[in-house]
Amino acid sequence: MCLGVPGKVIEVRDSVAVVDFWGVRKEVRLDIVDENVVPGDYILNHVGFAIRRIPPESIAETLALYEMLLAQEGDDLMSLDVRSEIEASS
Amino acid sequence: MSAILLPFTGGRVTLKQGGGGRAMRALIERLFVRDFATMPFDGVGVDAMDDGAAIRIGDDWLVITTDSHVIHPIVFPGGDIGRLSISGTVNDLAMMGATRVLGMTCSIILEEGFSLDSLEAIQRSMIATCREANAPVVTGDTKVMGRGEIDGLVINTCGIGLTRTLVRDNGLHTGDRIIVTGNIAEHGLAVMAARHGIEFEGDLVSDVAPMNGMIDSILSDPDLADAVTAMKDPTRGGVASALHEMASKSNVGIVLEERSLPMTDAVRSVSELLGIDPLHVANEGKALLGVRADAADRILARLREHPLGRNATVIGVCGEERRGSIILDTGFGRRLLAEPEGEPLPRIC
Amino acid sequence: MSELQFRDPRLARSMAATLDRLVRDTGRKVAVMHVCGSHEQAIAKYGLRSLFPKSLEVIMGPGCPVCVTDVPEVDESVLIAAQGARIATFGDMLKVPGSVKSLADAQASGAKIDIVYSPQQAVEIARSAKEEVVLFATGFETTAVATAAVILDDPPPNFSVLSVHKYIPPVMEIIAEMPESRIEGFLAAGHAATITGSAVFEPFVKRHGIPVVIAGFEPNDIMAGLVELVDLIRARTPRVVNMFPRCVTREGNLEAQKQLWRVFRPMGGRWRGIAHVPNGNLRLRDEFAHLDARKRFPIDLTSLWDYAPPALAGQCICGDIMAGIRNPNDCRLFNRECVPENPVGACMVSNEGTCKIWHLYGGVPDLEASA
Repeated sequence: MCLGVPGKVIEVRDSVAVVDFWGVRKEVRLDIVDENVVPGDYILNHVGFAIRRIPPESIAETLALYEMLLAQEGDDLMSLDVRSEIEASS
Repeated sequence: MSAILLPFTGGRVTLKQGGGGRAMRALIERLFVRDFATMPFDGVGVDAMDDGAAIRIGDDWLVITTDSHVIHPIVFPGGDIGRLSISGTVNDLAMMGATRVLGMTCSIILEEGFSLDSLEAIQRSMIATCREANAPVVTGDTKVMGRGEIDGLVINTCGIGLTRTLVRDNGLHTGDRIIVTGNIAEHGLAVMAARHGIEFEGDLVSDVAPMNGMIDSILSDPDLADAVTAMKDPTRGGVASALHEMASKSNVGIVLEERSLPMTDAVRSVSELLGIDPLHVANEGKALLGVRADAADRILARLREHPLGRNATVIGVCGEERRGSIILDTGFGRRLLAEPEGEPLPRIC
Repeated sequence: MSELQFRDPRLARSMAATLDRLVRDTGRKVAVMHVCGSHEQAIAKYGLRSLFPKSLEVIMGPGCPVCVTDVPEVDESVLIAAQGARIATFGDMLKVPGSVKSLADAQASGAKIDIVYSPQQAVEIARSAKEEVVLFATGFETTAVATAAVILDDPPPNFSVLSVHKYIPPVMEIIAEMPESRIEGFLAAGHAATITGSAVFEPFVKRHGIPVVIAGFEPNDIMAGLVELVDLIRARTPRVVNMFPRCVTREGNLEAQKQLWRVFRPMGGRWRGIAHVPNGNLRLRDEFAHLDARKRFPIDLTSLWDYAPPALAGQCICGDIMAGIRNPNDCRLFNRECVPENPVGACMVSNEGTCKIWHLYGGVPDLEASA
């Protein structure tokens, strides 16, 4: 049931967005997403409702985060600044 | 071995029997094989549960196959029930090596009220496909049932072919490569997308086509023909179902390389979105070939010369690990590929 | 396909090596639990378990919304269907056995069942239908917010909701408090946390001293989440860490939370196989009684019990499996009498059920990672 899939907003009509999921277009409702959504934004869809707007810059951040996980030194897996980076965005 | 119980709820057949997969095989075994196999028969018969039956005639094999078609919608992107019924039977014959079709029969049962225009369109489709496959329909039957007694129409086709060499689905050996002749999961997903009204921006079209010409280009070449150890077409139940049958009948294990599976972006997207495994989806213009390792490259090259075989790829290898099972290498790790249990339903969300 | 898919196998393998090192550093076998069917799906589908170190056990807890929907709850939907109402349900619920029948059985006997992909679809069916339409509202908090949204959006008079929604944080408490529990850390579901925020786990972590890491659903999200979780376990620092920052914030989606708690109140109730979960069930508040199917339709559960439940049901250990104390291979019925074609327990019906997933993907076979 938790098929929360990210898609790209193509069009917005009142509280409904037309979203592209890798070539498939579906209508998604915007009643519960907490930010203003415009065409070009990415949203996370769950049962036909957008539950979150995904800021595009966060994608690169996530990748950087994962690469950091691997660049560990000694006992301390993650340097303090990376941890605080995660917490700041939490 | 898991117990496969026939899901006759309250003594009545449930829809899943028609969907391919284990439930259907169990039904066939109990209904047909158990009794029909008790009569003496010289050839490849009902107990083999291969794509068709084969009867020895002198040095040749006469191959017969039959199929009933009940697809909905009757017309779908890339084809219709007419093209499907001719191709399906031609392909079953081809999978046993009978690429030369002597003749076909066609029986149609129509629901009262069925549109004449639709019927004519289906007829045009059928004759076009017959010409493509060089497979004439030589006799048939037509019936009409009352409104509501049948849904639209049902077409049954039977085909007869002749071949010197019979190819079975149980001849795989350790080391053999598995080749698929092109992009997978197109037919089933195109029909499903049409049925569920999924709007799609790209091309999601059924691959329905008669393959006897392409298969003949391999089997008529003596250098290549004897390197083909098994063949089967992955229709209902998809590649997963067909390979499971081949693996268990041949008593080998098959390791499939998920990253090598050929498929279009459209298929990738729609199957991801619907939560459906492309390996469980029906194909109607693709074949699976088991080939000896040393001949794989030459067979690939020959297949790729044919319009239907442009994307032919090696997708797996046979071995001794886990005989009868299919192991899927996902690129991350390995897991067992399950046999589909019936018609794949879009995973809900 | 898209940069939003974190599926680079190279990265996954590097993370697996890190995970291995971390687990060995602890010097013991480590068991962690995730509480989301989609996590299990992704783990199984990509064969991630063959990447995990042997001393790390990643157990699936009661995170399948279909599996935890209790027998009387299915019975309620069957009884309403028998009264002539159309039931709109998510596909997974169709075959889940009630005490006597599933909705699929009801459908075979003539009941009108519509499979929907969204609560919105159920409302649309109600708009064009003459008869009553009842949304059989299953799912956790992520799905409940969608139900709340349609309830607040002025649905037609023939529409009502049978809410069997569940709320996950309370069940984590139950698991953590179970005496047999060896769970040292939890992987929390990214989508639910998108709504509730990561802060909702802070009291839990404080109370039990068990770390919680929130992870997304791509294979590398899961690997990264596990690396972080095992590191926290190794360092004995129980905290909440958000490893899904692209979708989850500390306070979550406040608008969605507002709608959720306006429409629903948490109530104690049984989860299938898990006994009582305080505050684990979401029911409609009195303000929305006019949309509550339980108030609109007379429901007499005893009318269904005209013969004893199936004999095999007593041997089903779905409850223990969902609590992470046992796994499908421990069940005498698994893959024998209990198969997807003929399920005994809900875990074998749902696409997110542990037993179904293990059946489909071969359990935890001793296969190696990819070359």
